[in-house]
Amino acid sequence: MKNYPLLNRIRESRLFLPLGALAVILIFDAIYAPGFFNIAIQGDHLYGNLIDVVNNGAPLMLVAIGMTLVIATGGVDLSVGAVIAISAAMGAVLINPALGNQLITNEILTRDATNTPLPIIILADLAAGTLCGLWNGFLVSRARIQPMVATLILMVAGRGIAQLITNGQIMTIYYTPYFWFGNGYIFGLPVSVYIVAIVFILAWILVRKTSIGLFIESVGINSKSSYYSGIDEKNVKLLAYAFCGFCAAIAGLILSSYVHSADGNNNGLNYELDAILAVVMGGTLMTGGRFSLFASVIGAVVIWTFTLTVYTLGVPANALLAAKAVLVMVVILLYSDYFRRFLNRFSEHKGPEHGRAN
Amino acid sequence: MAERTKFFLLRYGPLLTTMTVFVLAYLAGGWLYPAMKNPQVFFNLFINGGYLLLVSIGMTFVILTGGIDLSVGGVIALTTAASAALLKAGVSPFVVMPLMVILGIVFGLTQGCIVHFLKVQPFIATLMGLYFARGMAYIISLESVTIKDSFYKSLALTPIPIPFLDAYVYIPTLVGPIMLIVAIYLTYFTRFGRTIYAIGNNEQSALLMGLPVARTKILVYSFSGLCSALAGIVFSISLLAGYGQFATGTELDAIASVVMGGTSLAGGVGTVIGTLFGVLINQTIVSILQFNGTLSSWWTRIGVGILTLIFIGIQSLFYIRRKHS
Repeated sequence: MKNYPLLNRIRESRLFLPLGALAVILIFDAIYAPGFFNIAIQGDHLYGNLIDVVNNGAPLMLVAIGMTLVIATGGVDLSVGAVIAISAAMGAVLINPALGNQLITNEILTRDATNTPLPIIILADLAAGTLCGLWNGFLVSRARIQPMVATLILMVAGRGIAQLITNGQIMTIYYTPYFWFGNGYIFGLPVSVYIVAIVFILAWILVRKTSIGLFIESVGINSKSSYYSGIDEKNVKLLAYAFCGFCAAIAGLILSSYVHSADGNNNGLNYELDAILAVVMGGTLMTGGRFSLFASVIGAVVIWTFTLTVYTLGVPANALLAAKAVLVMVVILLYSDYFRRFLNRFSEHKGPEHGRAN
Repeated sequence: MAERTKFFLLRYGPLLTTMTVFVLAYLAGGWLYPAMKNPQVFFNLFINGGYLLLVSIGMTFVILTGGIDLSVGGVIALTTAASAALLKAGVSPFVVMPLMVILGIVFGLTQGCIVHFLKVQPFIATLMGLYFARGMAYIISLESVTIKDSFYKSLALTPIPIPFLDAYVYIPTLVGPIMLIVAIYLTYFTRFGRTIYAIGNNEQSALLMGLPVARTKILVYSFSGLCSALAGIVFSISLLAGYGQFATGTELDAIASVVMGGTSLAGGVGTVIGTLFGVLINQTIVSILQFNGTLSSWWTRIGVGILTLIFIGIQSLFYIRRKHS
C-alpha cells in the first residue's frame, strides 16, 4: 500500500472497471464517430446520442438497481423481462378505452382517452410488479427453491401472463399523457432520467442509511450465519426480490410509454441478461456479498453507450448481439483470476492480497 | 420386501411421477379431443419435438454436472443459418452436415473451457455463447434463407411408415431417439456417465477421488454443443430454411423439460429417460392447445411454468424423504 496508494485505491475501486470501459468506448467514439458527442437543442429539450444513452438506458438502469440487491443476497432474478412485459400489459389494458361489452371500433380504440385515471394505472403497474417480486421472494425465501429455478418459473410463465392480460394482442397506446414517462422532458432532460435518479436515491437511502444494506451483504456472504446472528434472513431476501419486481415494473412503465405499445413477447426481451451483465460489470459478484448500486448503474450506461456506438457505426441491430458477446467476453476476462493475478504482479507490493477479494 | 419397495419408490419416484403426468395428460387430451387417439398424433410429438428432445438431452448432461447451458437456442439458429447459407453457395450437404456437427462441438468445447479454466459461472459463459451464436447467425444473413437442396428436401419429405400402425415419421425424427439411446448408454454404462453424477453431487470430492473433472466438464459442454448442432440440422431440415430468429426461448423449454423430467438443477440427480418424458409433456400441452384451437399459444408457457413449479415441489419432497430414510 506504500508504493502507489492512490493508484491502488483507484484500481481496487468497484467503479474502476465500468468507468474504464466507458472511457474506452467514449475515446473510441471520439476517434471514429465524433458525431456521437453532438448535443443539439431541439424545441425545448436536448437532443443527441448522449441523451439517448440515458433515455433508452433508463429502464435497464432501473432493472440493474433492483437486480443488484437480488444478486447481493446471493440470488438472481431471471424474471425481470417478463415482469416488464406484465407491467406494460397492465398499463395498456387499463388505458384501453374499449370496454368488454362495447363494440370495438377503430374509432374508440385509437381515441386519445383512458379508461382509468393515470395515477391508478401507475399504482396498478407498480403493484403488479411488486406482487411478481413478492412471489419470487416467497419461492426463494420460504419455499427454499434455488433462485435461478424459482425465477425461471415466472420467466417462462410471465410472458404468457402478459399475453393473457392483453388477450394475446399487441396493444397500441394512444393516450398521450401516458407517453410522458418515456418521451417527456423536464428542464431539457428526459423524464426517465429523473425517475432513475429518484429510484436510485431511494434505494441508496434504503441500503446505506439504514442497516438493510449491511443485512443484504451479510445474507449474501453467508445466509446461515446471518440467520444465527439474528438477522431475519428470509425477509431480507423477500425485500430484495420485491424491490427488484418494483424496479422492473417502473422499467415496464417507461418502456411501454416509450414505444407506445405493449407486446407480451417483446417488451423487455433479454433485459434479464443485460441487467445481470450490468451488475457483474459493476463488480458485484454473482455469489453475493458486497455490492455497489452506482457501479451497476454505470454498468447499464456502458451497455447502452456500447449499443448506440455500434448503431452509430452502422452495424445492423441484430448483429449487435455478437458485438455484445464480445463485450461480455472482455468483461469475463477482466474479472477472471488470471487477469487479477496479472494486475497484482504488475504492481507488486507487500500488502493485503487483493486477488483474494475474488 | 416393503423396505425394497420403499427404496424403489423413493429412488424412481420423480421419474414415475413424470411418466404418470404424461400418460394422464395424454389420456385427458384423448378424452377431450377424440382425434388425439389417432396414433399419428403420438408420433407427431416426436416429429415436432425432435429438436427439443435433442437439445434437452444435451442440457440434461450439463445440468447433471451442476452447470447450465443457455446457448442451445443460439447454436440451433447459427446452425440453421450457416447450413442454409452454405447450401445456397452450392456446398454439398454431405460436407455441410459434418461441418455443422464440428461447429457445434467446437462451440461447446470453447464454452466448457471458459467455464472450467477461467472459472466463469456457467450461466454467464453460456449466456455469452447465446449472444454470440445469435449475432453470428444474423451476420450470416439478416433474412430467412430457404434451403432448396434436393437432398435436404428428400430428407424432409420422405415418410417412414411405422409397422402395424397407421402412422409415419420422417428421417430426421429418428435422430432424437437414437441420441437418447446413446445418452442412456453413456449415463448408465460408462465411466464418463458415473463421473458426471459424481461431479454434480460434489465437484470437490470428485476431484479428490481422482476423477477427471476437467475433461468430463469440458466434454459435457461439447456434448451439449453437439446435441444443439444436431437439433439445428433437424430444425433446418424440417423447416427447410435458416434464420437467426429460429428457436428463440428453446433454452427455457429445454430447462423446463429437464426439470419436469426429474433432474435437479443443483446437479447430480436425474435421468435422461425422465427428460424424454419431460419433452413429451411439453409437446402434449402444445398439441392439446392445437386441438382446442381457441386457446392461444401463451397457455403453453403458463402451463409449462406451472408444471415446472409442481415438479420442483415434488422433487424437493422426494429429496427430503430420501434424506430421512
